[in-house]
Amino acid sequence: MIIYLLCLMLFCVGLYCILRKRNIIKIIVGVIISEYAANLFFILVAYRIGGRAPIFSSQADISASTMVDPLPHALVLTAIVIGLATTALLVAIAMRIYEKYGTFDITKIRELRG
Amino acid sequence: MIPGINTIPLFVAIALAGAFLISLAGKKIKWVPDTLGNLTTFALLCLSIFAVKLSGSQGTLVYGVGYWNPPVGIAMVLDGLTSFMLVTVNLVAFIISIYAINYMEKYTSKWKFYTLFLLMLAGMNGVIITGDIFNLFVFLEIASVASYALVAFGTERHELEAAFKYAVMGTVGSLFILLGIALLYSRTSTLNMADMGSVLAGKGSTDLIRLVSVLFLMGFGLKAALVPFHAWLPDAHPSAPAPISAMLSGVLIKSLGIYALIRIFYNVVGMSPELASIIMLLGAISMVVGGLLALGQWDFKRLLAYSSISQVGYIVLAIGLGTPLGILAGLFHLFNHSIFKSLLFLNSGAVEYSTGTRDLQQMGGLGKKMPLTGLTNLTASMSIAGVPPFSGFWSKLFIIVAIVQAGYYGYAFWAVLVSVLTLAMYVKVTKYAFFGTLKEKWEQIREVPAFMKLSMAMLAFICLIGGVLLISGIKEIFLQPASKALLDGSKYSSLVLSQVK
Repeated sequence: MIIYLLCLMLFCVGLYCILRKRNIIKIIVGVIISEYAANLFFILVAYRIGGRAPIFSSQADISASTMVDPLPHALVLTAIVIGLATTALLVAIAMRIYEKYGTFDITKIRELRG
Repeated sequence: MIPGINTIPLFVAIALAGAFLISLAGKKIKWVPDTLGNLTTFALLCLSIFAVKLSGSQGTLVYGVGYWNPPVGIAMVLDGLTSFMLVTVNLVAFIISIYAINYMEKYTSKWKFYTLFLLMLAGMNGVIITGDIFNLFVFLEIASVASYALVAFGTERHELEAAFKYAVMGTVGSLFILLGIALLYSRTSTLNMADMGSVLAGKGSTDLIRLVSVLFLMGFGLKAALVPFHAWLPDAHPSAPAPISAMLSGVLIKSLGIYALIRIFYNVVGMSPELASIIMLLGAISMVVGGLLALGQWDFKRLLAYSSISQVGYIVLAIGLGTPLGILAGLFHLFNHSIFKSLLFLNSGAVEYSTGTRDLQQMGGLGKKMPLTGLTNLTASMSIAGVPPFSGFWSKLFIIVAIVQAGYYGYAFWAVLVSVLTLAMYVKVTKYAFFGTLKEKWEQIREVPAFMKLSMAMLAFICLIGGVLLISGIKEIFLQPASKALLDGSKYSSLVLSQVK
């Protein structure tokens, strides 16, 4: 149980970072942390205590009930790739913002309001 | 094998292939992006009309990707709601791609625009047609990432700021959706939406399902810009190039937000009375707050963006009622809104194209110099404000009748009040931009080029005749099957699973 709570805490750390930090790069780091927490949670869903790799073999008597669930691993791989695309785009935008505004501070980058 | 079933995956495949080919050849050869982009969207429009016919004659169709039958493999499901949404999205995309031929001349690298545009379209079509919940998440991210990039397309100060805000908030929304999917998977051990629905119906509602509902409501609510989650929309939509603003406000918030929300809540998780009341409350708040904020805007596109929030509120409120008339009216308003809001954004783009400003106070009398833009803007304004006989009148009338019929007199009062507000804000737009005396500095401006005129005229024509969708005979082909798919509720799972041999 405690591991799920830690995972939730990690997610909240990321959210805190997104909501409270003023530096754009730190906000991006916050996004990455929350992403990792979500992926970690997906892996935890699949985990089984004492479980083994999901490979069937004719040698030993292996039943599916002793294996970890392989499907979430495949899904998390996809989610990681999506996270990479998002992060790359965010960093690219952050670089352009620095070119235009000369700062990473979001309190100074506030021309849109109302 | 049912004839025509192999066309189902083409909705994603054609759009992806178009994006790929344009990025490959468009950089070198000048005519490729325009021609190929428009051909792709036209092919998708024809396919989606064929899909209406197909789902009308065959009922619910299921395609197993790679011949892996659901619930093991990824499934694509074509039913009434799917084909309705496909026609809406692809019709608007086709008309907007015609508009972009002329409008995007002022930007360099048109091929990048068309590549991202078609990627976004592939993502939206994928979200609509998929029957697998993780696949829905993947397509949702494809469409979202493409739209973040498109908002930043101008790479000026405001575009970048808006795109950053939109990207961060959109990513957080997606993370909530991913967490919800993980929890649902842990509960049901399946990812197929139909299978998930039948497992959940067998297990009954628990606290976990309530948590998942809240996560989905936050995630998809953020994509649909319902009011507590709307802060990104008034920045992002005006900052994008006009065709993309039209695409974002017209169909992106609907297919990624509203469609996914109602599909999951009605057909998979199951709509409980508490959930329905929360959705209706969110819709009503969006309707009122969006309307009030729009009234005070002087930036043409920003006003339209706030008005989108308000109209999305109408749609969500009506669909949240859960009555047959409410769902029908909500879906009809969804279709109408995607037409007239796209048209209004294209009008604002045309004005910006000719005059270079978006400030309503700077304009005036433009109707004399740009007669077609003025006329189509008047059509769209009257339609969105609910003046008969335009399409918006019928959908709003039906929404209000449905709310009264369901006994929510308070919501009905607010709906009527906001429609008056809507009228006021569009009177303001028309008066300041197109009527009145022409200012001296606009003596030299000209009407926009031919393709832009053509696409605006097409949308205005649909606004004018949109009401015919309600005539019996046509209603049964297009709107009725879509609302029936939602009304069936948890029968969705048995309908889909019975198709699998």
